[in-house]
Amino acid sequence: MERTGIHELSAAYALDALDPNERGEFEEHLAECEECRDTVGGFRETAAALAYESEMPAPPAHLRRRILEDAKRERSNIVPLRPRWALPAAAAVAAVAACAAIGLGIWAASLHNRLGSRPEAIDLEGARGSLILTKSGDGTLVLDSLAAAPTGKTYEAWVIEAGMPRRAGLFSGGGRIAFVLTRKVPDGAIVAVTLEDAAGVDAPTSKPLFHTSAA
Amino acid sequence: MTVLALKAPPQGGRTAMGRDLAHLSDEALVALVARADAEALAELYDRFGHVAYGLALRVIRDPALAEDAVQEAFLAVWRSAGRFVAERAKASTWILTLVHRRAVDVVRREQPRRTEPLEAAPQPSGNLTEDEAWLRLQRTRVQEALRRLPDQQREAIELAYYGGFTQSELADRLGEPLGTIKSRMFSGLARLRELLAEPDHEEERWNEPEFTS
Repeated sequence: MERTGIHELSAAYALDALDPNERGEFEEHLAECEECRDTVGGFRETAAALAYESEMPAPPAHLRRRILEDAKRERSNIVPLRPRWALPAAAAVAAVAACAAIGLGIWAASLHNRLGSRPEAIDLEGARGSLILTKSGDGTLVLDSLAAAPTGKTYEAWVIEAGMPRRAGLFSGGGRIAFVLTRKVPDGAIVAVTLEDAAGVDAPTSKPLFHTSAA
Repeated sequence: MTVLALKAPPQGGRTAMGRDLAHLSDEALVALVARADAEALAELYDRFGHVAYGLALRVIRDPALAEDAVQEAFLAVWRSAGRFVAERAKASTWILTLVHRRAVDVVRREQPRRTEPLEAAPQPSGNLTEDEAWLRLQRTRVQEALRRLPDQQREAIELAYYGGFTQSELADRLGEPLGTIKSRMFSGLARLRELLAEPDHEEERWNEPEFTS
């Protein structure tokens, strides 16, 4: 199929109006065509808006219960996010959105109530962003924008407890970042990031570029 | 400019299990669901279950099958929330896309049902809840945008999205070449996107900052 033809399919795709073969073919094309991915993204949003045009009888109450029961039954099958997973830019959008909430202050109170709420987000000092922390101590650094590390260098995260920094993973920067720390963040610890030689180091060699405000 | 339907409906502190998740963005909730947080899934359901069910019922026209489609979609959210981050979509778009995809799959399996008319749902009367009022507002807005589309484009989009027809089925049904149907869907969706992005006075009412300190 010629290119303009397949490009046009982004609308039918967003409306779920392709048959399985066409869908598969278009998805192959999507994997290679940035322009179509953008178009589909916008069209999906528009198509989703159409959902609100429907009649809106409330779903039966048992549906919520059924879904949650099934989900909990499946819980053991859920694979948690892999550690050391630096998400690509588009991937970070979710976390960045969480971050936007934080910046406006709703989480201020949670700093004083760390054990009682989860996840919390702790502002960073030295960079625009946050550490999102679950009650169990899994931390994700979220930054709106972080320059790519220079050639031969890497960003290295640290969990600092009682003055002792421990390695928490390497990441390279370049745009929006949502980096899952490889180490748990205990209560009261600080998370900091330094710029290090590409292989990473066992102890920070410089002052942190940014770090969490004391939690 | 955000398409207004993608904003989270106002929340009335409905978290059943005691945690205050109402302040979190939809995307933050998905991030929690990716960590197997069932309360976050419940909160997402509370935000989108109503519209999801309405959509599934509109497409499928059978309450039991619509329930199944919504359930499957939310379980897909539960299982694949970790992959959501790789998608270029808002959480609401992603969820409703999952619901619609399942609804369409069901209706294509259950071919004969789709031409049966759907009984009009009883409209809530008296005082609307905040949720109902919000949904009604969205509905009015989308209806208005659809109304402003050229008839043939609207027809193609409605039959595809609500009817679950494939583009080839539409071409057959409307007696038009496939290329014409594709163009109508493309132009129509592009125009609809513009129309929904237009601000209007009602928008302002719902455009309050979600998070205030």
